[in-house]
Formats: sequence, C-alpha cells, structure tokens
Amino acid sequence: MTFLGMPAGRGNLTGAPFPEAARTALKDAQLRRNLAKATTTIRAKRAGVVAELPDWAELRAAGAAIKDQVLADLDEHLVRFEEALTARGTTVHWARDADEANRVVTDLVLATGTEEVIKVKSMATAEIGLNEALAAVGVHAVETDLAELIVQLGNDRSSHILVPAIHRGRAEIREIFRRHMPGVDPDLTADPRALAEAARKHLRHKFLTVDVAVSGANFGIADTGSLVVVESEGNGRMCLTLPRTLISVVGIEKLLPSWRDLEVFLQLLPRSSTGERMNPYTSVWTGPTEGQTSHVVLVDNGRTATLADPDGRAALRCIRCSACLNSCPVYERTGGHAYGSTYPGPIGAVLSPQLTGVVENPTLPFASSLCGVCYDVCPVAIDIPSMLVHLRGRVTEAKRTTPESTAMRALAWVMSDARRWRRFTRLGKFGRTASRHVPLPGWSVARDVPRPPEETFRDWWEAR
Amino acid sequence: MRVALFVTCLVDGLFPDVGKATVRLLERLGHEVVVPAGQTCCGQMHVNTGYPRQALPIIRNHVKAFEDAEVVVTPSGSCAGSIRHQHADVARGQGERVLAEAAEETAKRTYELSEFLADVLGLTDVGAYFPHRVTHHPTCHSLRVLKVGDRPLRLLRAVEGIDLVELPAAETCCGFGGTFAVKNADTSTAMLADKMSNVIGTGAGVLTAGDASCLMHIGSGLSRLRSGVRPLHLAQVLENTR
Repeated sequence: MTFLGMPAGRGNLTGAPFPEAARTALKDAQLRRNLAKATTTIRAKRAGVVAELPDWAELRAAGAAIKDQVLADLDEHLVRFEEALTARGTTVHWARDADEANRVVTDLVLATGTEEVIKVKSMATAEIGLNEALAAVGVHAVETDLAELIVQLGNDRSSHILVPAIHRGRAEIREIFRRHMPGVDPDLTADPRALAEAARKHLRHKFLTVDVAVSGANFGIADTGSLVVVESEGNGRMCLTLPRTLISVVGIEKLLPSWRDLEVFLQLLPRSSTGERMNPYTSVWTGPTEGQTSHVVLVDNGRTATLADPDGRAALRCIRCSACLNSCPVYERTGGHAYGSTYPGPIGAVLSPQLTGVVENPTLPFASSLCGVCYDVCPVAIDIPSMLVHLRGRVTEAKRTTPESTAMRALAWVMSDARRWRRFTRLGKFGRTASRHVPLPGWSVARDVPRPPEETFRDWWEAR
Repeated sequence: MRVALFVTCLVDGLFPDVGKATVRLLERLGHEVVVPAGQTCCGQMHVNTGYPRQALPIIRNHVKAFEDAEVVVTPSGSCAGSIRHQHADVARGQGERVLAEAAEETAKRTYELSEFLADVLGLTDVGAYFPHRVTHHPTCHSLRVLKVGDRPLRLLRAVEGIDLVELPAAETCCGFGGTFAVKNADTSTAMLADKMSNVIGTGAGVLTAGDASCLMHIGSGLSRLRSGVRPLHLAQVLENTR
C-alpha cells in the first residue's frame, strides 16, 4: 500500500514490545492508582458536558466530514495554506520526516544565536524528538506547559497526550520540583497552589528573558494561513506573543479548510479533552506580529503513507483530545509509557504503526481488547477498533509463517467444514482430564481452564 | 416462527448448556428451532487476530449454512456483531463480491438472543422464574457493536422472583478480547481482577451475560478465586420456570 518515496515516520514513535512494557507498568501500584483516579474523574466530566449538547452527534459527524474533506484534497489545502502564510510574511518549510524537521528547526534556532528556547506544549515536536535534537546542538528547550515541565524536570517521558504527567501524584511532583527546579523554595509543600506558584515563578523568568519560541498548532486554517493553539494555562500565549522569533512545527494533517470550520472543533475539542465547555485560552495568529519573525515547518513523518491506506487514513482525523485514552481500560491499567510512542492509548495503537509502518510497531495493534469504547467517545468518530483489526491483518501478513499462523490456518481448515469441526469437538472429551492438569500459557496464570463437556451441543441435539 | 439457531463454536464445544437453554426457551415460547447442520463458527477469532484470509472459508461456510434460514438467532453478542459488521467487509477485502452480498443478506436476518426476544417477538416478560440474586455484565460487543442497550436488563427485570443488582462499572471490558487474553495476559488479568471484585462486591450468587465468551473469561477467574459466584448465560436464566 505504501508507495516508494513516501517517507516513513521516525522519532519517538516506537518502544519496547507492548506486552513487556505493560508488565512493568502493571507492577507499579502507585501508577495504577494515579491513573485510575485521573481517568475516572475526567471520564465523568467529559460525559457530563457532552450530554449537555443536544446536537453532539451532528457536531461529531461534522467534525469527521470536515477532516475527511481536508484529507481527500490535502495537497490543494496545503498549497493554499502555504500561499496564505507566505503572503502574510511567514516563512514556510517542508520536512519529509523527523530528521529533516529537526534539522530545519535547529538551523533556525542556531541562526538566532540563542542558547535557550521556550516551548508551547506540542505533540509534533515530541513526536520528532526536537528537544533532544536541540540539546545535541547545545540549545536547551524549556517546556512551559505545567505537566510537560514536570515531565522534563523529572527527566521522564510523557504518558498522556493532554496530561503528560498523569502518572505522577502530588507528592512526586513536589520531589521533582525540589530536586530539579533551579532556585525553588526548599520548604515547598505538595499543595497544588504552592506547586503551581513555584512553576509560575520559574516560567515567568523564562518568558521575559528567552527570545525564541517553538510551538505546534492544534489547527491550521488553509484559507487564511492562520494557526490556532488551544490551551488551559496561558503559558502558550506568552510564548506566542513575547519572543521575537516564533517557529511552529505542524503536522500536515492539522489543516481545516476555512475559518468557519473552526467553530465545530472549538466545541468538540475542549469537551472531549478536559471535559470543559470551553478551554480558557484560544490563541489564533495570522502571520507574525510587528517585530517578530515567524516560521512554519510542515511535517510529513509518515502521514502521506498513512493517507495512502484507505482503511487507515481516518486516524489522521485525530485532534489529539485524548478522550480515547481516558476511556480505554487497557490504557487505564498500563499508562502511556507501555505504548512506547509519543501517541499512547487507542489512537496511538493505530497511529504509531501507521506512521512508522507496521513492521516497526507490530505489537501496538494488538494492545486492545476491541471493547469499542474508544470509538464511542471519539469526537471525530474514528473507528479505532476496526482500524486495529485491519492493522493486525497487515502485521500477520508481514510476518509470514509463525506457530500462531500455522495454528490459525489449521483451525480455519477445521472450522470451514461441519464434519471436520464435529470430529474436532469430540476430541475435547478425551481432553477432559488433561485440561485439569495442562496449563494454557497466558491463560492459566489467573484463570482456571474450562473443562470440555461430556457431550457437545450437536451430539445432544441429534440424540434428542 | 421457524428459528435457525447459530449455536456458536464455543457453545457447541465447551458450553452446550447455553445452547440447550436457548433451544428450550425458544420452544417454550412456541417456536420451532432448527440447527442447520453445516454451521461451525463465525470466524471472529480469525478476523480479530489478523487472519482475514483464513477467516474467509469460515465465513463462506457460515453464509452457506444459513442462506435458507428465515431468521437466525444466536446466544452471542460478539458473534452476532461479527456477522453483522465484519463478514461482508472481510469478503469484500478479499475480493469476494458475491459472498459479500450474500453475507449482508444473512446479517440482516441474524439476531442476538435479547434482540430477537425484544425486537422480533416484542417480549419483555418471557414467563421465567429465577429466585436468586443476579448481576448482569452487558458485554462490550452487545453494548457497543450491536447496541442492544437495556434489552437484556428489561428481560431480566421481568423475571419472577429475581433479585437483580446493579454491577458497578458494568460497561467496562472484562479483559477477554479473544486472543488479547493470551497475547496481553498481564493487562487482561488486571482488567479481569477489577471486573471480578465488582461482581463479588454485589453479593450476587449469579453473574449473567449475553455472551459465553465473556462468561468463560470472568467465570474461569471466579472459579480460580473459589468465589462461589456462578456464571450463567442470559438464556439459562430466562429458561427457568416455576
């Protein structure tokens, strides 16, 4: 399906196999408590504010339709977007993959002579590993989103799209601040207000002294060349307005055709992500402000390849709200690190393998029980369960012959003929005693093995 | 009505009592039950584990076995879900247009048990008597693929003598997910543990569901814990009379 010349996604999109990484997380009782508490709270909030809107189903359908329209004519929308940006004085750069995007940004940053940049929370820059790339050329990137800052100071990885430090409790955050935040009050308490105040003081200094900022964007408006950042804390707005150089790294799927379309997403996104009717800060900018230089880096990194797959491309509708993470029973137990990618949870399980190619991420499509709750809550109606099933097919195809595929083939032979199936179920009777003593790997860790009955249903039916 | 029963591979081979109860219930309600001899499995396990090509002959076999049936009833939300939402897609994906169209026709005539009772027969009270404390797990595929809603609960509420108690976090997956339970055994076990503690917390002696597969999962966990909670399919509760 992927054509030659389509760049594969690189960067922070792969990790250890899911079952192994999950095992580590499952042993961490504190982590599981933190996750269960946070996801339960936000699930209830989301359900409440979604239920308030009588036209939620229509909004959701509109969101899906607008995104599909963008994806169907993405090339044209991108060209319009570039023209509009250029006309307003923004320099547009194109990057095929993470390496190219990092090179563009590091070159731009180095040209300013700065040793430090401030950052607006951005999934795209996390995906490409920009902070690491900047560090490699001696530039320190300061995260200004509170949760991102906690993750960065703790030398940790994000475990959630929206709440990167969801796996951390208050006491842990206090410890991270005391150890790693320069000039912090040593008597800092774990009171949320005190923690927020400490972060605020630390960040204010950065906002006023650092002159280069890097952002992502939640949306780009193709008609006008406008960029949109939606946030809760206002830190993003400080980064967007104060520095003299602004570099925005944007995935090519982030476009909306026109200004009017934004209305739909400004309703879908906050309700789905934070469970709020409206987010506190929405920043929209069209071209640089006076005295500012602005750059936009449009990143492919596997998106074109994803677009080429008709059964998988709807994953590019994703607006990174994280409703699927907060609802997923698998994510709730394992946390985000188990997914090994910037994009955890159900959407990560379909997005990461598509961006990198399934061979690079073969365990993620199986990291779901297909319970379907992710599809129910998705504000742009991405049918994640069906997509997971589709990607599983691509994984098994890529793997050729394995013990599993041999067993599946044999079982398919048995199950495609009633006589063969009958002989097979009758074998079960002889397995009755054995099944009590022979463990089934994986199953019998916590579960008894069901014993085959004396008589199958078919035998009963025919003897009746 | 002449009802063709799709008993499912799991019920046929491992849980025949569920099939027997479905037959007895439908017969008690005055319907003729037939069990088409050619049937085996819906192929869901193959599809969901990533083997659509291997699932194809199973799907073809299923469609053929039920092509003449007036209505097909199955005591499984996930099998009904697979028949309705996967069969035609898989066939089409493998370039089998004729089969896809036939599969769509079969799917239209296929009902999960509670759907059949509520929608086709228009029943709420099936005349059952079951004097026990019962809690109900709605199962993911019944709930979110088939959208059966509260049909099973309406049927259960009408059972004479029943003490039906609400299951906390009922709509959360039990962690089975077919081969998920083996491929991601640790995660599945963690999900199961929460489901079991919710079930045990209700004080119910019986756990019902509309799918033998979820009941197998939760039941084999409960059996390991020696909890004393009996897993019973919805049909096994509705089958009982005074």
